[in-house]
Amino acid sequence: MEQIVAYSLVLSGMLFTFGVLAVLVRRNPLVMFMGIELMLNAANLAFVAFSRHLNQLDGQVVALVVMAVAAAEVAVGLAIIVAVYRRRRDVDVDEVNRLRG
Amino acid sequence: MSVIELIVFWAAVALALIGAVGMVSARNPVHSALFLILNFFALAVIYLLLSAPVIAALEILVYAGAIMVLFVFVIFFFVSPGQRFTLSYSLPLQNTLAGLLVMVLIAIILAGLFFGGVFSPAEHPQSAAVMETTLTSPQELGRALFSRYLLPFELTSLLLLAAMLGAVVLARRSGNGNGPGGGA
Repeated sequence: MEQIVAYSLVLSGMLFTFGVLAVLVRRNPLVMFMGIELMLNAANLAFVAFSRHLNQLDGQVVALVVMAVAAAEVAVGLAIIVAVYRRRRDVDVDEVNRLRG
Repeated sequence: MSVIELIVFWAAVALALIGAVGMVSARNPVHSALFLILNFFALAVIYLLLSAPVIAALEILVYAGAIMVLFVFVIFFFVSPGQRFTLSYSLPLQNTLAGLLVMVLIAIILAGLFFGGVFSPAEHPQSAAVMETTLTSPQELGRALFSRYLLPFELTSLLLLAAMLGAVVLARRSGNGNGPGGGA
């Protein structure tokens, strides 16, 4: 496999791991959300790398769709975080344990 | 691959990793957001080197532009000036366990890539000219998007519409000023 493709895949795996780490370790919901974005980006990088490896456009098309899904997810997720922040000032995900407002 | 391209690639890889690590470890969420933007710019450079210029441009426009601006907006909306940020953990030894988890995950990924044959040399290296014409042209991407991938494309537009409506409903203040949740 081409060198740049191989190391792009390695980078993709490492970025995904750091995204997982952000979601697992941090308690600020905004930073956890950024971790999810990082994971989506890592998947995108793998798609584009394989698109280059196979010399086909399909991976790039999937990356486009992933970007649109990420944008939709951010809009809804940030709206939820805003709604939670409004009820209680300092949000810690461990303390948001009451589903019924 | 020329030498200059390789140098740019490794610099972008280093910047992307710095951005990811900084995003996880920064106390202040604003700093986390800025580190993530650095990571997105580095990824855009890598997309360019992987002959995907459209994805690179959209990475900067959509991620570093739209999504991160939304993030920073929400952060500034809720962080009061002079607020102290702490990294608090709910489990004992959480830092150690997280470090261990990162090591294990990276080891698994590297082993999988290695035994999957990622680092073996190419069997039949394709000519650069073919790659240029099919991969890098936005025309080909648009043609694929509107012919073979028309259904996912249309479903994406539906998803964006639903997300927009959902965000408006969720973030709306209810009429009597009792916070969100409508008549609950």
